Amino acid sequence: MTTASGTLRRSPGRARASRRRWGTSLALGTVLVAVNLLLALAAPLLTSYSPITPDGLAAVEGPSPAHWLGTDSLGRDVLTRVLYGGRYALAVSLSAAAVAIVLGTVLGCLAAYRRGWFDEVLMRLLDAVLSVPAILALLVVVTALGSGGPVIVLAATVIYAPAVIRVVRAAAFSVVSLDYVTAARARGEGFWAILRREVLPNILDVVLVEFAMRCSWIVLLVSSLSFLGFGADPPTPDWGLMVSENRTLLTVTPLSTVAPIVALATLIVGLNLAADGIAKARGIDRIVGGSR
Amino acid sequence: MSGLLAAPVLAPVAEVSALSVSYASAGGDVPVLVDVNLRIGAGETVGVVGESGCGKSTLASALVGYLRAGSRIAGGSVAVDGQDIVSGSATTVRALRRHHVGMVPQNAGSSLTPSMRVGRQVVEVLRATRGLDKAAAQAETVRLFGRVRLPDPAGLVQRYPHQLSGGQQQRVAVAIALAAQPRLLVLDEPTTGLDVVTQASVLALFAELRRDLGIALVLVSHDLGAVAAVSDRVLVMYAGRVVESGPVEATFAQPAHPYTRGLLASVARMATPGLPEPMPGTVTGAVDLPGCSFAPRCALAVEECRTGPHPPLMPVVADGADGPPFRSSACLRQNAALAAPAWQGSQRLPRSREPGEVLLEVRGLTVDYRRRPDARSGPTVEGVDLTVRRGEIVALVGESGSGKSTIAWALAGLRTPTSGSLALHDAAAAPGARPADLGQPAARRDPAVRRSVQLVFQNATTALNPRRSVGDAVTRMLTLRGLRKQAARTARDEVLRDVGLDSSFTDRLPGQLSGGQQQRVGIARALAARPSLVLADEVVSALDVSVQASVLRLLDDLRDEHELGYLFISHDLAVVRGLADRVVVLYLGRVCEEGTVEQVFTGTSHPYTRLLISAVLAQEPGSEVPDVVDDKEPESAPPPAGCAFRRRCPLAVPGVCDRVTPPWREPQDGHRIRCHVPLEELEELSAL
Repeated sequence: MTTASGTLRRSPGRARASRRRWGTSLALGTVLVAVNLLLALAAPLLTSYSPITPDGLAAVEGPSPAHWLGTDSLGRDVLTRVLYGGRYALAVSLSAAAVAIVLGTVLGCLAAYRRGWFDEVLMRLLDAVLSVPAILALLVVVTALGSGGPVIVLAATVIYAPAVIRVVRAAAFSVVSLDYVTAARARGEGFWAILRREVLPNILDVVLVEFAMRCSWIVLLVSSLSFLGFGADPPTPDWGLMVSENRTLLTVTPLSTVAPIVALATLIVGLNLAADGIAKARGIDRIVGGSR
Repeated sequence: MSGLLAAPVLAPVAEVSALSVSYASAGGDVPVLVDVNLRIGAGETVGVVGESGCGKSTLASALVGYLRAGSRIAGGSVAVDGQDIVSGSATTVRALRRHHVGMVPQNAGSSLTPSMRVGRQVVEVLRATRGLDKAAAQAETVRLFGRVRLPDPAGLVQRYPHQLSGGQQQRVAVAIALAAQPRLLVLDEPTTGLDVVTQASVLALFAELRRDLGIALVLVSHDLGAVAAVSDRVLVMYAGRVVESGPVEATFAQPAHPYTRGLLASVARMATPGLPEPMPGTVTGAVDLPGCSFAPRCALAVEECRTGPHPPLMPVVADGADGPPFRSSACLRQNAALAAPAWQGSQRLPRSREPGEVLLEVRGLTVDYRRRPDARSGPTVEGVDLTVRRGEIVALVGESGSGKSTIAWALAGLRTPTSGSLALHDAAAAPGARPADLGQPAARRDPAVRRSVQLVFQNATTALNPRRSVGDAVTRMLTLRGLRKQAARTARDEVLRDVGLDSSFTDRLPGQLSGGQQQRVGIARALAARPSLVLADEVVSALDVSVQASVLRLLDDLRDEHELGYLFISHDLAVVRGLADRVVVLYLGRVCEEGTVEQVFTGTSHPYTRLLISAVLAQEPGSEVPDVVDDKEPESAPPPAGCAFRRRCPLAVPGVCDRVTPPWREPQDGHRIRCHVPLEELEELSAL
């Protein structure tokens, strides 16, 4: 590549500057998420207490060498419950986001590729789903099917897949009309080969940003649900549930409420920073709008 | 030397002095323009030519005081009306832009606001720059639209940009630029992407504006024909430097720089059959090499060219005392360059070939996009007959919207034809087997049939997946052919070699290749399928002239080597003349004329073919802008009956041409013209 024609393309100086600027937020976000993930995975190694078994003798204690963050009303170690709570939050949000993303990507690409009636019908269906407020839909599902991990994953998928489908469809639209996809169609490639070889590599950044964003929204949604008493059942160590259970003791043992909130905040901020970092580094418009 | 002193005495409209522009990149500053001098006198037209990446557009935007983000002035200045337009205060720059310079950007269509009526876009400028009140501005808009020769100016102001044709959008953009009554108009690639007829009429407009309004024009273009037709002076740029400048006639007739010579030689010409001479190599950066930046591509280069400093612009002293004035060239071997013939004629003349067996036979192809029957129009493509033989290049020519690409897409199985038979007689199939039916969509075709028909795209950049390496793009085809591992690798390298790329290209991504190399990869991908029919859709129109010539030669080599039949779609008649064996002329999806290149271009022809040929700009110096009158509304919908061309035809017979489908007339064996007008009359017209 010659320098003269190189400068005609994307400005290398600008790209590098933006990489530098957004690199820090991407790195910080990734570190925060990685720390959360590591602590959650290594929970059994980091603490000898059980997150579930109550200990009546140690109830409502402040921080001490034995219980760094104190204990809750049932005498369970708060630090242990926060660590195990990360497992629950991450497992639910990662799997729900993964399912929503896979489903959304496939359907979004299919809609962009097929167009016509398939696209039309799918979009109207999505409009219907999107018109229901997320928390309400989640409450309905949980009330009907009962709470528990798999149900929450299913419900979050149903709620978030439509938005993912729309975003991926929009990204795929611009790729599908390009000549290299036409060339693939002309040589008789099937939908899956076109998706995997031609479309997906060119919208991967969009999909990644979507994944990180949805993860953070689902963490928040699931915690809100638990806080309201519709999510995780006691005695599951869930951050939202912990805040709800311990908020009456806020003046006595504040750490039992603050610790899960801090954990929740770091994970969400981390996921958001990572999403932002990827988006800005790749020049994608960040998905606007909050957790719905 | 007296020539230099005799420069225009009038105060210049704009003056670029020792301008250097650099671009900040990872490896430090990259010079984009180096020490460029340009003085534009009142009413003068200056053409700026060169390949892409030579700094033409940077110079054009510097003239209106705009630099792309990331670039900065490393030295020199740009003065418009005596004031600095680049480093002046914001107020000065705005005032200069408001009253002194206008610019028509490349691709004028996208410079118009799509949601605003075109009239209002002009009114806005008039009120802001000339302070006219609403009624006066509206009246002035209509006058301006008439000035730029838009049809029905009063009605057109109410239209939105998408309701206009490409040429009309271009004219509206010119009207917006003219609204401020500038003294200098900068036109960046104003004819690129327009078809020949529109191109000619847009250029005629520029010549007229200059004559009537006395505006100075800077015409940046890679189209040497366009520059030759309307410019007084020409500036040849290479790698950010001006390498030659002088009056157009003298410069193009006897270039004093080998680069100018190379550019001129690589253009296909209507007047001479055969393929032009390609220029080797690609543009390098301005300061990548010691010595002259053109030396690596120069046939005349000597040791001093490679080691010494870059040669400065030196006055050209041509043979004899009455040498052309004002000429300068940055070449150490100026005399050798002057002595070399400017244009050696085609390097490769068409060979006479025995026509092979029939490969593709299309009869009565009709493609109808209309959802429901509509009595006011006909199908997009109707009753097209085509025959392509092995080793034969059949060109499909016509303006944009003539259904050329629709036909190619139908053959590739991407559009299902409404009716007609499309038969492919593939020699690779078992002898005596029934011909394959190309009426089937690609997904339903037999894999062998699918492979034998391959498409090469116009825009090589979008035709290649940016995330797939060159090797991968080619290998995919080979895998579909059933080749694996070592066999696939060998075949891949062979195919890449066939298109002139060595195996070091296999790991590169399309973004790391030049336009010509990308197009070669596109051709390699088609070749990998071992096709018998290649559908080449405007494959060279997006490439620089220097690259065009080499890709054309490649296509010509490949057809001999692989006995390929081509359907070569192009709006560039000069290219068609050089490459094709037979030509099919299309107008609004109907065939007007068909015959060998010689028969169509030199014999009796259809009135539409006449219009196309007369619109082609001669590349020779001193050529005039052809007088093509094409102010009529663009036609998008073909008529339901009669001759499709009748509305623009000078010979149309009322009552006949609009009712009855014209008959085929055969002036010669294999030459067919579809027209109501008797051959004798057509012959008279062609003789004019």
